[in-house]
Amino acid sequence: MKLTLGPVLYNWKPEEWRDFYFRIADEAPIDSVVVGEVVCSKRAPFIADHMPAVIERLAASGKEVVLGSLMLMSLARERNAMAELAADNSFIMEVNDLSCLGMIGDRPHAIGPFVNIYNESTATYFASHGAKRICLPPELPMTAIRAIAGALPDVTIEVFGFGRAPLAISARCYHARLNKLSKDNCKFVCEQDPDGLAVMTLDNEPFLAMNGVQTLSYACTSVINEIGDLAKAGVRSLRLSPQQCDMVAVIKLYRDVIDGKKTPAEASAALTGLYSVPVANGFLYAKPGSTFVNNVAEAQRTARAM
Amino acid sequence: MELICPAGTPSALRDAVAAGADAVYCGFADETNARNFPGLNFSRSEMAESIAHAHQAGVKVLVAINTFARAGAVNIWHSAVDDAVDAGADAVIVADVGVMDYVARTHPQQRLHVSVQAAAANPDAIRFYVDRFNAKRVVLPRVLSVPEIAAIGKEVNCETEVFIFGGLCVMEEGRCSLSSYATGKSPNMDGVCSPASHIQYREENGMLVSRLGEFTINKFAAGEAAAYPTLCKGRYQTSEGSGYLFEDPTSLDATTMLPELKNAGVCALKIEGRQRGRAYIERVVRTFRQALRALDAGQPIPTDELRGLSEGQSTTTGAYKKTWR
Repeated sequence: MKLTLGPVLYNWKPEEWRDFYFRIADEAPIDSVVVGEVVCSKRAPFIADHMPAVIERLAASGKEVVLGSLMLMSLARERNAMAELAADNSFIMEVNDLSCLGMIGDRPHAIGPFVNIYNESTATYFASHGAKRICLPPELPMTAIRAIAGALPDVTIEVFGFGRAPLAISARCYHARLNKLSKDNCKFVCEQDPDGLAVMTLDNEPFLAMNGVQTLSYACTSVINEIGDLAKAGVRSLRLSPQQCDMVAVIKLYRDVIDGKKTPAEASAALTGLYSVPVANGFLYAKPGSTFVNNVAEAQRTARAM
Repeated sequence: MELICPAGTPSALRDAVAAGADAVYCGFADETNARNFPGLNFSRSEMAESIAHAHQAGVKVLVAINTFARAGAVNIWHSAVDDAVDAGADAVIVADVGVMDYVARTHPQQRLHVSVQAAAANPDAIRFYVDRFNAKRVVLPRVLSVPEIAAIGKEVNCETEVFIFGGLCVMEEGRCSLSSYATGKSPNMDGVCSPASHIQYREENGMLVSRLGEFTINKFAAGEAAAYPTLCKGRYQTSEGSGYLFEDPTSLDATTMLPELKNAGVCALKIEGRQRGRAYIERVVRTFRQALRALDAGQPIPTDELRGLSEGQSTTTGAYKKTWR
């Protein structure tokens, strides 16, 4: 089982963004790292200055570097930027919107969790056109993951394994709306919430997290208890999505469970100490994504029954 | 511009045909279509009979097979395509790339429309569907302004269809898992969003509380109109403010935008609401038929005709007038 570090989804201060990746390069036992701004094109210029150094440092440390595309592009400058990214042969591109597929043709590429691949025939179609790694949408249950991975033994099937689950993308910026600003003059208010802005119900139940044009879950996905089941289902990689916590330690926890150095129970307990947001894994069990099936034995029974 | 009307039942289809639809869209009574509600949709024989009826009146029928096929059960979607073709569908409306590939390979003569669920929001994405699967029309996501729609129309070799009335997604369609996060049921997999089966209402301190799954979506004071608790149109709170964070409980009414949509080169106008009753369908279709006649005759378009039919009694022109950009 490999580990992929997903792109930073939030608007981090450029220097913090750079230093985060420098530390990942130097210390994290991770196989592949997706870099680039995938949520909002307005943020891209801020990290652009640091991109070459980050890519160089990650590559020098032996990590596979993958460049993530935007999830939603409508402006000409966004489309041009993606065409430029696609034309760069020196790196693998992770496609997060179908519009990029015409740009890269059948060249080898990865597909991110924002492209709708819900079944084996769609996955087979993309694989026949150059997809080498496919990160499945977070809402897929274990049954679907097993059917897809089983049908495509030559493609690295990846599952969203840690972090707030990305749930929706819009053309409208909710951070701007909340602050009574227009999207074009947003003042980059999303930078105030580098881990997403908690959205609570009127009864104060934690529900969602706002990240500009993107909406994520409040809960943090954890598949630590399911790593064994996912491996048996044919999953070959887990995606860990950066949050405001010690991501190097999070990566090491997942690595230790994969390597058999920690039990899932030990790692789950340790994860709570690293990131205090409640965990969820309901999507894997075809339950509401906000729920957590926390009894390992029950989880395994459910998984077998599915 | 063609007027495309919804039908959740064969009788609604007959009403839509009689009220002046140019085409009706509908789906089979199973998980293959994105309005998979109890008691709705068409059996195989109803579909064949309804298509025959519509064709007699010179009206087209577009069959929506627009959920994403369930892994391990893709044959259900394939047989829906086969049966729609056999029934004489004028087009199939498809969202899943694997299903589009099946249509293009197995039924190359069948006209293929790209569902709004396929999230084709720019010319590059549309070209992908046209080049790979010979799509003839794309239903545009409700995230685009009229100038953006016009620009897309100039750039692609494909007809464009836009929503003009009814429910309004504020997230990009086909890329939203909010409903499955709260309920386990999703538009993409189950053809439902914020399903009634997971909604509860309760009284609390004189307020009406609407809940979806384990979450409070809204609270209404006595006398306040209680909108259906669609997840993205609920009231929430954050440390920086509270209210309708994503969208008000409003629905789309683009009546006033018809001239601009025509100038933008849009070829078909779609009314949302396969889950709606016959009286609603009949009134909306008839009103838009009158509006289109007025538009063609160069007369002023009657507005506000449909106000009482809209969710929460408030309407918006959505992204078409992009006031929030």
